[in-house]
Amino acid sequence: MPTEDPAVRFERVTKRYGDHTVLDALDLEVGRGERVTLIGPSGSGKTTILRLLMTLERVTDGVIHVDGEPYSHMPGRKPGTLVPASERRLAERRRRIGMVFQQFNLFPHMSVLENVVEAPVHVLGESREEAERTARDLLDLVGLGDKVDARPTRLSGGQQQRVAIARALAMRPGILLLDEVTSALDPELVAEVLDVLRDVARGTDITLLCVTHEMGFARDVSDRILMFDRGRVVESGPASELLESPAHERTRAFLGTVR
Amino acid sequence: MWDGEAAGAALPVVLEGFGITLLATVLGFAVAAVLGLALAVVERAGPRWVAVPLRGAAGFVRSTPLLVQLFAAWVLVPKLDALALGVLVLGVHYATYLSEVYRTGIDAVPRGQWEACTALSLPRRRVWRAVVLPQAVRNVLPPLGNYAVSLFKETPLLSVITVHEMVHEANAFGSTHFAYLESFTLAGAVFLLASWPTSLLVRRLEARLAH
Repeated sequence: MPTEDPAVRFERVTKRYGDHTVLDALDLEVGRGERVTLIGPSGSGKTTILRLLMTLERVTDGVIHVDGEPYSHMPGRKPGTLVPASERRLAERRRRIGMVFQQFNLFPHMSVLENVVEAPVHVLGESREEAERTARDLLDLVGLGDKVDARPTRLSGGQQQRVAIARALAMRPGILLLDEVTSALDPELVAEVLDVLRDVARGTDITLLCVTHEMGFARDVSDRILMFDRGRVVESGPASELLESPAHERTRAFLGTVR
Repeated sequence: MWDGEAAGAALPVVLEGFGITLLATVLGFAVAAVLGLALAVVERAGPRWVAVPLRGAAGFVRSTPLLVQLFAAWVLVPKLDALALGVLVLGVHYATYLSEVYRTGIDAVPRGQWEACTALSLPRRRVWRAVVLPQAVRNVLPPLGNYAVSLFKETPLLSVITVHEMVHEANAFGSTHFAYLESFTLAGAVFLLASWPTSLLVRRLEARLAH
């Protein structure tokens, strides 16, 4: 596969719920290994982009490509046509993408270790020993090596979110989606999660797509920031540039509200 | 009036019947628990052409009396052993109620759990088995317990298809020894002694799961 293919490419992607248009013929490219942060007011379509990529939602129109191949669609019977991807095809292809949620979404009836081991064993077909070894390493990485046997409900929000990060990484995704991962946390727990994510960003070549209101974090990890408003990209540029000297009035106004 | 001697003679007979009652309860509830779960999952995840007729059939079973179903089965499947038949009818009847219970349990599993499964690419089968059903069943343990108690109390209906459960035995003893008061009182007492603590247990379970 030629390396110049972007990791993610949205081609005139539209997402509508009834009459409400969330994304409007959006074109978007994320390079391989690139770290992109999406900012903008709530309801501007940032989270929808992540949810479309994770196949939690389906596009209304347009095509999403991942690693140079159609992702939301697949070749139709007639040559040269594309039809919406079947559930089976999606199941195959979504493996290269991982996601961390605002609400953690850990499995409450499983231990921390079981949470992390579940998918590698049952999706990647790793042996239990192998998966547990990796899981322990990952839990060490996120600073929870001593909590492997705990139930998630016994952990603080920050700890739960770090388990969720380890769980996502255990699938070795090429692309990691972070959906407002600190928004549900008490303020004093935000730092520990962002520190872990900074380590992940520094230590791997994973492609990152984040939706966040933490501008400091966005500046630290992102190569590029996209400012969204009403389903369109208002402005895009290198993190420091966009945050220091936004060109667009809408961006200035938004940054004023989150600072 | 109360005849202590007759009561003494009735007790072993009634207790023997209680063995059958207990057996019918355990087996009937096992059928109901498994079949009810299968019904709930098929209605949620199965193809429409299976789910829709099944829902109709379940509704039909739910809205006709158990007694009528027992008679009907008795007439339609005369070859089967009475106890086995009774257990099956009881099990199917209660499965239609339990499937509703399971369904509320399944619906109570937060959407985020399903989304996490998708994000981890877990296969559908595994999602149900490892993530959704364990949480769904846990959610509904108290109502399941209540249905077990109520199934237990309906087992005397099996006497109409000649199952020798406790009330059948009490009735038989009553007619041969003319000691209905003693035999039925004992049977009632045994029912009370068995179901009262069980309902208390269910209530405690409920309280424990609530927090």
